[in-house]
Amino acid sequence: MSNHYEARFSAVGGQGILLAGDILASAAINYEGKFACDSPTYTAQVRGGPTKVDVIIDSEKILFPRTTAIDFMLCLAQRSWDQFAQDLKPDCIVLIDPSLVKNVDESYRVYRMPILEITKTNMKKMVYTSAVALGAMIGLTEVISVESARKGLLAKAPKGTEQPNEIAFNLGYEAAKELLK
Amino acid sequence: MPDNTKNGRKVVFWPGNIVVAEAALAAGCNFFGGYPITPSSEVAHHMSHRLPMIGGKFIQMEDEIAAMGAVIGAALAGDKAMTATSGPGFSLKQENIGYACMVEAPCVVVNVMRGGPSTGLPTALGQSDIMQARWGTHGDRAVITLTPSYLDEVYSETIRAFNLAERFRMPVFLFLDEVIGHLAERLEIPDPSEYEIIDRVRPTCPPEDYLPYDSTESDVPPLADYFTGYRYHTTGLNHDASGFPTTNPGLVQSEELRMMNKVYDHLDEIESYEEVMTDDAEILVVTFGSTARAASVAINDARAKGIKVGMLRPITIWPFPEKIMRELGKRVKGIVVPEANLGQIIFEVERVAKCDGPVVGVQKVGGVPIYPDEILSKIEELA
Repeated sequence: MSNHYEARFSAVGGQGILLAGDILASAAINYEGKFACDSPTYTAQVRGGPTKVDVIIDSEKILFPRTTAIDFMLCLAQRSWDQFAQDLKPDCIVLIDPSLVKNVDESYRVYRMPILEITKTNMKKMVYTSAVALGAMIGLTEVISVESARKGLLAKAPKGTEQPNEIAFNLGYEAAKELLK
Repeated sequence: MPDNTKNGRKVVFWPGNIVVAEAALAAGCNFFGGYPITPSSEVAHHMSHRLPMIGGKFIQMEDEIAAMGAVIGAALAGDKAMTATSGPGFSLKQENIGYACMVEAPCVVVNVMRGGPSTGLPTALGQSDIMQARWGTHGDRAVITLTPSYLDEVYSETIRAFNLAERFRMPVFLFLDEVIGHLAERLEIPDPSEYEIIDRVRPTCPPEDYLPYDSTESDVPPLADYFTGYRYHTTGLNHDASGFPTTNPGLVQSEELRMMNKVYDHLDEIESYEEVMTDDAEILVVTFGSTARAASVAINDARAKGIKVGMLRPITIWPFPEKIMRELGKRVKGIVVPEANLGQIIFEVERVAKCDGPVVGVQKVGGVPIYPDEILSKIEELA
């Protein structure tokens, strides 16, 4: 398969991370004409339990809809790392918030970003964590263009929250570019 | 949700369970009776939101059994009725499913399969209700069960489930599994001009002449809506053309045969399957639902290694596509049957294919899907 890309967003339930996966996949479909799918975990605990969403993006129709070789993993909880750090490619990009995730396998390309701190300081509301995380993911990977991701985010943002969501997204994106310098 | 269009079709990104609900509405579904159960709950949730918008009815019943009862009642009152459940709920519904078969109530039962037995794995994949679909309720009866693998197919097969229910006046099962139910992927919604909608045949005779099981004109008797003046008796007992109970051995035999044959005499209208690279295949994979997607990858990988392998994917899994299975079974030197259970449809494959070579399973019940590599290694063993 050509241009096959697998991303995993993991956290604990309630951090809004499932939505980040949904935005990424639908933006790839709607604004880049790609095929994409997402499969969220569906744990008994809606809030507080480890949760993840896997997104696959491909230029061709996706046959097997689950991940087998992950290119990017976001992790916002140690428990989520412990449970979901599987099937990562040896050169997988791993993005963690160091205040929440202490122990990861350093053989991957690990990037540390204070995602919660950035959200808290600038946005005041933690509901924008997923927009910051999505911006950071795009900044690190450019798996879809920043314009497409931004459009996807704005299309999914509840009415009246478009502007703060965009600000949050840009904060994550810029912070990622700093990390890459 | 952001939508765009391609070739005049709306492109959406919905999870499989929402696709079922929306396709049901497109098929004319105007009644849903249900009881929430993971991993099918989103079907009910979405219908509770959407049905009132179009003047339909949604009822959350007190349990699975009552939900099936409500669906039968609505179906006999003229509605296109549906329920959605998962393994344990499908078990509970069996008594009323038998009743629906006996009174010939057209309706659709969705089962988003999870692990089992009993409560099993509520939030994870299983494909272990395949034999329950066939034999779950007691007595002899024909069964139609559809097992789509892709979301565009979920859409079209949901519509087909309603059409088959209306055409043959019987419950039709639409089987997803957890992977397909919760998977969201790119889907182009077909324009209504692209598919057919079938409605049940209703009587044209005066109410006083109506016999609800009169099969002189057709093996599928016309069905009158309740409350329209056509008064008749409905019972789970074996009955005669009037609907009243009978123990006449000849009548019971002929009526039960008619209910079988209304399906088996019309397989051309019911059977649906996909053949993938079977022309020169020496090894055949037979699988269904989400597992077929892993098999597709495995077949491509095996072909890349020079192994002549193909796939038969029943979309209508009941009645099992016997004719094509027999033909292919004669031709190949081995068959691989992956399924997310400990061996169910493999028995049907063995029975029908009569393959001279080995018929081997790839079987898994841990709630995680069968991976392409697991199927590939079995193909390589047989090659």
